Amino acid sequence: MSSKAPERTYDPDAPATPPPGLGPRELARWAWRQLTSMRTALLLLLLLAVAAVPGSLIPQDDVDSFAAIRYRDEHPRLAPVFDALGLFNVYSSPWFSAIYLLLMASLIGCILPRTRVYWRALRARPPRAPRNLARMPVSASHEVVPDDPAADPAAVLERAAAELRSQRYRVEHVPGEYVSAERGYLREAGNLVFHLAVLVVLVGVAAGSLFGYKGGAIIVTGKGFSNVLTQYDDFVPGAFFDPDDLAPYSFTVDDFDVDFILEGEQRGLPRDFTAHVRYRNAPGDEPTDYDLAVNHPLRLDGGDVYLVGHGYAPHITVRDGDGEIAYSGPTVFLPEDASFRSFGVVKVPFAEPEQIGLEGFFYPTFAMVDGDPMTVYPDAANPLLSMLVYTGDLGLSEGSQSVYALEKAGLDQVTDDDGKPLRIDLSPGQVTDLPDGLGSVEFTGLSRWVKVQTAHTPGTFVALGGVVLALLGLMLSLFIRPRRVWVRVREVTGQQADGGTAGEGRRRTLVEVAGLDRSGSSDDPGELAVAVDDLARSLAGTRVEENQ
Amino acid sequence: MSNADFASLSNTAITFAGVVYFVALLAHLVEWSRLRAVVPAEAGAGDPVRSEGDLLVATGGPAEDNPKVAFWARLGVVLTAMAALIHLVGVVCRGLGADPVRVPWGNMYEFTITASLVVVVLYLALHRKLQLAWLGPVLVGFVWVVLLAAVRILYVPVAPLMPSLQSPWLVIHVFAAILATGAFTLAGLASIIYLIKESRVRKDKVRPGGYLDRVPSLPALDRVAYRVTAFAFPVWTFGVLIAGPIWAENAWGRYWGWDPKEVWSFITWVVFAAYLHARATRGWKGRHAAILCLVGLVTLWFNFVGINYVFGDTSQHSYALEVVATVSLAVTS
Repeated sequence: MSSKAPERTYDPDAPATPPPGLGPRELARWAWRQLTSMRTALLLLLLLAVAAVPGSLIPQDDVDSFAAIRYRDEHPRLAPVFDALGLFNVYSSPWFSAIYLLLMASLIGCILPRTRVYWRALRARPPRAPRNLARMPVSASHEVVPDDPAADPAAVLERAAAELRSQRYRVEHVPGEYVSAERGYLREAGNLVFHLAVLVVLVGVAAGSLFGYKGGAIIVTGKGFSNVLTQYDDFVPGAFFDPDDLAPYSFTVDDFDVDFILEGEQRGLPRDFTAHVRYRNAPGDEPTDYDLAVNHPLRLDGGDVYLVGHGYAPHITVRDGDGEIAYSGPTVFLPEDASFRSFGVVKVPFAEPEQIGLEGFFYPTFAMVDGDPMTVYPDAANPLLSMLVYTGDLGLSEGSQSVYALEKAGLDQVTDDDGKPLRIDLSPGQVTDLPDGLGSVEFTGLSRWVKVQTAHTPGTFVALGGVVLALLGLMLSLFIRPRRVWVRVREVTGQQADGGTAGEGRRRTLVEVAGLDRSGSSDDPGELAVAVDDLARSLAGTRVEENQ
Repeated sequence: MSNADFASLSNTAITFAGVVYFVALLAHLVEWSRLRAVVPAEAGAGDPVRSEGDLLVATGGPAEDNPKVAFWARLGVVLTAMAALIHLVGVVCRGLGADPVRVPWGNMYEFTITASLVVVVLYLALHRKLQLAWLGPVLVGFVWVVLLAAVRILYVPVAPLMPSLQSPWLVIHVFAAILATGAFTLAGLASIIYLIKESRVRKDKVRPGGYLDRVPSLPALDRVAYRVTAFAFPVWTFGVLIAGPIWAENAWGRYWGWDPKEVWSFITWVVFAAYLHARATRGWKGRHAAILCLVGLVTLWFNFVGINYVFGDTSQHSYALEVVATVSLAVTS
């Protein structure tokens, strides 16, 4: 092979055993060589695949925090170990980050020298032709048809150069000697673009997770939402996101439509749901109407709003022992499954003489089936509230607690006359008195609520652009087939060892063509052989003869 | 015709396609059993010098000229094409059977019948170009089993799309996933045959005229696996890393959320990236490459089967049941 081939100057897989007695500089260089070797890159890639697995088996805090909390409760001995290993946050854990950062370092260490090599190769002329073309992996030789006016060797080479140029080869023509041609430079360009684009994607994703945020809020129909921290039920800011930078938009949820499937196997599943909202990008703006639905997010200045869920909020009014209204309003009940049986809690801290706590279920379409209370349809056809009553200390003075659970340590369950736990069942409009002069509970009406997710993710289009670029680069690097073709014309006399049988002593002209596939991924060598043979035939002018 | 008529026509067509695939499989089996009878006799009588070792490289040989064998082979392919046509009717009617009319990719049953159709169509389309005649019995048998499983295990009646699936991205994202799945599966079949043949060749146990003798040479099998993978990988990249995130951003408010399905499609992507990387830079070929290709295929199919059954309730991609709003515990002071 030609010793001038530029790609040989960088060999990422050169044997890399550290010679003894290295200084720190040499050692660092050796480590860098190891890191940027192709073997390491491959290993890191496979390691990345393996490292991603646990995140799909163990619930992740960032993905489903509820499931992660439940998992911790169910596995009290395992959870601390998992926590220490970062297994509840695999994709932001140090070890996962280490793998992809090493991979990126390896990638940079690989593409920098390759870009340099490629830059040189781009400006270089195709390498000189090997002396003996017949020894190349793919070659063909044909005898030029005698008496052809174009049989002159110089003319043949001229035609070879023209033909290869028309096939978009870069051609080096050394008159009287050979034609050397190369094409497929875009393969390596695609390769480099792909690797570079991976970095772009990483930058875009990092920007989103550092400078963006994600939040969730439950909004009862008729109520509004302003984009300030206090209105969120959950809020996950990026490391560098300042909640003061929340965009000043607001909206109200005027109405909510849900359309359930009435028949068939999937009866009871929602066909469609839409929240009719009115939004403002800034406090002074005119409100605009919008239908917020799944797959139809509301894009606002500085953030997007998505509809992700819905449920029921029965209006409950609690009067205390003095007959004063101690609690009144729509209360969010959380659906437990697709039937929309929902669980909820009412906390009445200001009731006199004692604090009151209620917890229980809401059934949208209540029915007794085989003696069990259940909801037979998710729409509100026969709503029923069924709650247990507690009294005592709600524990609200002792720090934060969930609005969706009662802290029962300081509470006593209220019982009926038989000493059984008291259960109050209410249909809309019904009211029931609590025993012991505690007061009364009334089910005054029913609203729905929607759960929205808001997000602001800077860098999204950087990431998207990066992936698109990566795909383009990938396709170039997979489908472009770089190859080299050489043509020589030889004049020989008499019988040749290669089986020529022309009359002795006659001068003959031989066209020799050789090709080299440089794609390196075992594409079909047959195609190149056919192309080389075709070229040799056409230059020798024997194609017509062959076709007869 | 009403929606319900189309839905029942779809069921009939899928069942019927299964029957025709089975007949095609029988035709291919007759073809191969005839080969078993013919070739060793001829080889033994006509060419006593040939030892078993020599025959390892001989593919086909006199069998190709046997008109009866050729007849059964052609019959098998023609029946496969007919079955594919009926299969196509089944898939199209499945979409027409829904009200409103939609693409038939809303659940596992529909995904499976479409993906298996893609496998067959790819096989038929590449039959000549990549000379896939040898793949006939394996492929038809595989598709028949998959279709049977779809009808027996995965079947659900036609229903409207749940709200999260009502998006034009369903067509783009899921079609890309189906196309790539079909192609990766084809590459995986070639890799499996490669590994079996390779191990038999190493032990000198390839029976002359037998199936393994007739499949293409090891380098050719390797090349088929590579070329089909090289086609599938960009499609997968587009479907999973471009169309998927765009849709997810639109529907769920985040373009990548490490949902189990996303994790596993990422794993599949990384494994096949490693496969292509190893081939391009480390010169991996043959056995190692085939094993890596199969690892990728296993992650792909685990993603499809496993996510819906193993992680059913935690994945947003689980379409066995509408995902109810999972509301995280809100904390108040």
